[in-house]
Amino acid sequence: MSVTVYVPNDSSAVSLGADRVAIAIMAEAKKRGIEIDLIRNGSRGLYWLEPLVEVATSAGRTAYAPVQVSDVVGLFDANFIEGGHHALCLGLTEELDYFKKQQRLTFARVGKTDPLSLDDYIQQDGYRGLSNALSLAPADIVKRVTDSGLRGRGGAAFPTGIKWNTVLNTPSAQKYIICNADEGDSGTFSDRMIMEGDPFVLIEGMTIAGLAVGATQGYIYLRVEYPHAHIALNSAIATAYQADYLGDNIQGSGKKFDLEVRLGAGAYVCGEETSLMESLEGKRGLVRFKPPLPAISGLFGQPTVVNNVISLASVPIIMDKGGEYYRDFGLGRSRGTLPMQLAGNIKHPGLVEVAFGMTLRELLYDFGGGSASGRPIRAVQVGGPLGAYLPESQFDTALDYEAFAAIWTVLGHGGVVAFDDTVNMAEMARYSMEFCAIESCGKCTPCRIGSTRGMEVMDEILNGQDLAKNIPLLRDLCNTLLNGSLCALGGMTPYPVLSALNHFPEDFGIHDTANVA
Amino acid sequence: MSMNKPQDFGTPASEASQLVTLEIDGFKVTVPAGTSIMRAAASIGIDIPKLCATDSIEPFGSCRLCVVQIEGGRGMPASCTTPAAEGLKVVTQNQKLADVRRGVMELYISDHPLDCLTCSANGDCELQDMAGAVGLREVRYNPVETHLHAAKDESNPYFSFDPSKCIVCSRCVRACEETQGTFALTIDGRGFDSKVSPGQNQPFMDSECVSCGACVQACPTATLMEKSVIDHGQPEHSIVTTCAYCGVGCSFRAEMKGEQVIRMVPNKDGHANHGHSCVKGRFAFGYATHKDRITKPMIRASIKDAWQEVSWEEAINHAASELKRIQTKYGKDAIGGITSSRCTNEEVFIMQKLIRAGFGNNNVDTCARVCHSPTGYGLKQTFGESSGTQNFDSVMHADVILIIGANPTDGHPVFASQMKKRLRQGAKLIIVDPRQIDLVKSAHIQADYHLKLRPSTNVALINALAHVIVTENLLDDAFVNERCDVASFQKWKTFIAQDIHSPEASEAITGVPAAELRAAALLYATANNAAIYYGLGVTEHSQGSTMVIGIANLAMATGNLGRDGVGVNPLRGQNNVQGSCDMGSFPHEFPGYRHVSDPSTHQLFEHAWKTELSAEPGLRIPNMFDAAMDSSFMGLYCEGEDIAQSDPDIQHVHAALRKMECVIVQDIFLNETAKFAHVFLPGASFLEKNGTFTNAERRISPVRKVMSPLAGYQDWEVTQMLSNAMGYPMNYSHPSEIMAEIASLTPAFAGVSYEKIDELGSVQWPCYDEESTGTPIMHEQAFMRDNGKGLFMLTEFVATTEKVNGKFPLILTTGRILSQYNVGAQTRRTENNVWHAEDRLEIHPHDAEDRGLKTDDWVGIKSRAGETVLRALISERVQPGVVYTTFHFPESGANVITTDNSDWATNCPEYKVTAVQVMKVSQPSEWQNNYQAFSEDQLELLAQSAGND
Repeated sequence: MSVTVYVPNDSSAVSLGADRVAIAIMAEAKKRGIEIDLIRNGSRGLYWLEPLVEVATSAGRTAYAPVQVSDVVGLFDANFIEGGHHALCLGLTEELDYFKKQQRLTFARVGKTDPLSLDDYIQQDGYRGLSNALSLAPADIVKRVTDSGLRGRGGAAFPTGIKWNTVLNTPSAQKYIICNADEGDSGTFSDRMIMEGDPFVLIEGMTIAGLAVGATQGYIYLRVEYPHAHIALNSAIATAYQADYLGDNIQGSGKKFDLEVRLGAGAYVCGEETSLMESLEGKRGLVRFKPPLPAISGLFGQPTVVNNVISLASVPIIMDKGGEYYRDFGLGRSRGTLPMQLAGNIKHPGLVEVAFGMTLRELLYDFGGGSASGRPIRAVQVGGPLGAYLPESQFDTALDYEAFAAIWTVLGHGGVVAFDDTVNMAEMARYSMEFCAIESCGKCTPCRIGSTRGMEVMDEILNGQDLAKNIPLLRDLCNTLLNGSLCALGGMTPYPVLSALNHFPEDFGIHDTANVA
Repeated sequence: MSMNKPQDFGTPASEASQLVTLEIDGFKVTVPAGTSIMRAAASIGIDIPKLCATDSIEPFGSCRLCVVQIEGGRGMPASCTTPAAEGLKVVTQNQKLADVRRGVMELYISDHPLDCLTCSANGDCELQDMAGAVGLREVRYNPVETHLHAAKDESNPYFSFDPSKCIVCSRCVRACEETQGTFALTIDGRGFDSKVSPGQNQPFMDSECVSCGACVQACPTATLMEKSVIDHGQPEHSIVTTCAYCGVGCSFRAEMKGEQVIRMVPNKDGHANHGHSCVKGRFAFGYATHKDRITKPMIRASIKDAWQEVSWEEAINHAASELKRIQTKYGKDAIGGITSSRCTNEEVFIMQKLIRAGFGNNNVDTCARVCHSPTGYGLKQTFGESSGTQNFDSVMHADVILIIGANPTDGHPVFASQMKKRLRQGAKLIIVDPRQIDLVKSAHIQADYHLKLRPSTNVALINALAHVIVTENLLDDAFVNERCDVASFQKWKTFIAQDIHSPEASEAITGVPAAELRAAALLYATANNAAIYYGLGVTEHSQGSTMVIGIANLAMATGNLGRDGVGVNPLRGQNNVQGSCDMGSFPHEFPGYRHVSDPSTHQLFEHAWKTELSAEPGLRIPNMFDAAMDSSFMGLYCEGEDIAQSDPDIQHVHAALRKMECVIVQDIFLNETAKFAHVFLPGASFLEKNGTFTNAERRISPVRKVMSPLAGYQDWEVTQMLSNAMGYPMNYSHPSEIMAEIASLTPAFAGVSYEKIDELGSVQWPCYDEESTGTPIMHEQAFMRDNGKGLFMLTEFVATTEKVNGKFPLILTTGRILSQYNVGAQTRRTENNVWHAEDRLEIHPHDAEDRGLKTDDWVGIKSRAGETVLRALISERVQPGVVYTTFHFPESGANVITTDNSDWATNCPEYKVTAVQVMKVSQPSEWQNNYQAFSEDQLELLAQSAGND
């Protein structure tokens, strides 16, 4: 009788040795004459515990973590294949606090299933959403998504249903669904985890989007830095075609949807939807002005849905369990769950999918366990490199789009990067300008010249030069960037810069706070 | 006088018919839907600051100076990219906007040299203007990274590229793409490193740049600047005039400093060019003041004598007395004249008047004889009028474009850019050409079909196209029945349906695969709007007129006439081919294409000109040469035409000229013909005279004097003096009086006047009365023939007698290149030579291999008529068995080889087909050696005259 062992194939786990551990387990099993059914699952998202090896026991899946090759013999000796006691044994995975306290809707299957097994996917409630969608009129699909309250998880939080409705109501012979998988924000990895750990849910979500708006062609614009996701997506797409979940006649419905993966070329700005489309069209990744909205004139000038991975991957469960089911999570205008990603100087980095409403402090301490260094957390940046730096005084803010907007910041794509009290926030402000300078597409003047000038002004500030001129100049520059930039890259760079200046003036050499404003 | 700079509305006009009303700074304005807020504001005199926007190209939204606030809207949208909408309330000026604009300008200037006082754009710099507009008073940055030391690119002879002054607005890049369609420029790098890059980071001259000047025109700073402005400073006034190069007839603003042309700037309001230009019109005007200009009249007894400078009076009297002497000695018909398509309508008109009324014969012909005379004949027969049917803008409505024997990107570059714009919008393209012209495949353009026929087989091809349309029942029966002569149609239909005209049968003649031809015919016939454009590759054949008729048949049979987007469009080679033909330059026709023997016309002109006129057609150009050889034609007045270079079988032409007793040449240079002349009357360039040119779309445009004639007289004045000396009085005081006479004698011009041209900018004939503003599209209701019906004519293919054989196994065909213009008298005296300094023989690698030829080898080209030597260019643009050359340099002797074969109806030479042999040689041909010696002698005889001065 064989035993099922799970070793994640997630690239974070792999980078921590998961492949070598898997090989060692199989070799040792062979040596001992033990038959093992090895499944390379996605990550459960408890990254400080990777590689996290699970064994299927009668009580459930038991976790051993973090496992290194040197631990493998000992694990066998401890009879881990039957859940035997070992120093690395953490008990049942799903009883782990970090996991148990989450509300995993979008990530329901990630870490549980074999990501490339369509059977697994279907067994675990996959393609139920599509099945419902196939029986609905396009407008009814759109209505269900609208009712769910789902908002764009890429960062802008635009209501997904409204966007779809615009595309649905724009007549055209050809429409497109684009999945923005150019996940470039610092400290974010939820898109990658889905694509590596449950690619079918994204394919299903895009197929439903296609049915909803009348698009027959989808593209996943994937950042080139995600080779494992690339392999997983292509494999799952091929399987979906074979099983008629993609192609000319989806499940015998006569409906058509084609899907392919296109790789980016390493530009952060191509995560911005209009430059993404330029790039998809084979041009330089230059930001387009709006209007026209992509929903009206997008890829190749046709009506186009551009949604983030998480937005699209959240659609199947909405179509399966209904808009109200999803809507019951969260609060206010932030409905459903948001997969937060804990990173930086944090003890327990990983993926935390929770309903909107939890405070940042709970996330940092109850899940994150405080800083990795053990020193106080001085600042966190939420929402990627363009998010504001929040001081400790703002940690009680609820994870909620409007609550964050009220303190002049964003939840963005849900990335959280923590810094302890050794950080120099003026250097972080300089880094924000540098990031903008490196990633600017170069089209609009504020971003093209302003980011470089911002770096130079910050250098002078860091040198303590002429603060009386340079601080107002920095503020003026931020005003120009904020109001004048063509897209969010230049337009939001002032968020981290000004939040650092406003909350941590002492790092800028300002000790008389009267001078701050 | 002032610069009269046209207003820049920032973004192109919207063509929407729906109107929206919005409020800008409290003022209500109503504009077509789709108009940008920027343009709406400009239309009521509210200038929103801008740098990356200009109304010749689509908005881009990059500079961020034009931000505005909209009541109830978020943020600060750019006014260039935000469309006006009903009920919007827009604020263009407040403190918040001012702060952002000043912030943007401060950034710009932090990376810009502060050398305004010594900058070539000083006084004409939008960056400078904007710094003033936003009130920038200080740049607080201490920039570390800048582009201030970027190296200049001076490779282009006409403009300089100084990237240290570049603000990366991309106007140049966009102009190259949208206006010109060459895609030579891009932005290289990103972020702060973004920079304008010709080609792949190459100098301009090494890139695909065609030097059209659109980028220079679009540049808001001194980054791309005419070298003439760098040298001379800003112009102080401007005058609108018309280009004297090709038949597109672009409108330009001659920007002047006193009497010096500083630069020629394409006129945004020009109806033919809409603000675009090519390297010739834009930059190659320096010939007008070239040191080779001859500014004093000269005479000599024999062409072996030195020239003698004389007064105008003496030259004119001498010329008149010689002509009279010849008439006395050899008869009234022993003299004649040749007008030119280079001349104005008014010059041509009084020239033919002088000949008909003053010389007393009809021995007048024009260079259209050697280019588009078959067009005149063929279209007159079928449609009833000797002209193209459309305006240029019509192409923007064409769904299928069929180009036959024309190379628009080289020959008619500004129209080609418009055509390319339409092709990029998705129009389909069929090209019929033995050679792979650029349009077959270039940036974002690819022909759907390139029917690569053998030279001389046009008629077989057009018959096969028609055969498919007839036999596949793709005819527009309703059009044919209503608009055409049905009996002629039935006859034609039976004729064309014969199997001998099938694509399968004609494949053996044309070499075009039948399946491809069938597909192309289907595409043409099933288009909503299909338009035909053709050039000299149609006319310059022994069956040139037949082919024009075949084209007309095809368009009528498919109903592609009489509306926008369709038609039959001859691309005229020279600035005034259409006009010189209209003005009665042909020996058999009075102005307006009326036969000299037509009694009522004859009577009309005799009455108007108060003299007896001959009713006998006069000599055509080749007949004049033949007549000279038998001493019956001994005196010639030739204005603005260089027959000794441009006419076929040139040794015969030279012999005829040597035979004549008095050759009077009126030109701005001592051209090839002048080397055989006895009287030289110095002409005026297009910059030195008033008049009108008529372009390929029948558009009569003003030519305006921007500087005084170097030789003292405008050309029409010279012709008038000669006429008076000949005893036929003329006393016009201004060309407008000549136009008034033209209008009074020619129905299609009856409503044309200088006042109307001044008011409208230009007028397309027919223009029958005072109320008419002209006719952009012809034959809308009925054809111009007497019964109003289009006439089908049979077009039997007859093979040329110019056949390849063992001795002459290759076919030579000829064409033009972008940078040079026809005989090259003008362009060879400009910097355009850097693009094309010699004519080359293009030969296919297979034929080159057979002969052991490499690129750059000297090759002898021998035909039945003569022999010359050129350097080889191995190229797959030509097909095996075909060689190709341009003809812009007299020493090339392209016309030493061409034969005396010509079109059966009009004598238009068969330039496009000459059987030749090509072999490797080590020295110029005997003709070239003789020519060089002769030419050197003549220049020496000219120098002696200057020495006498």
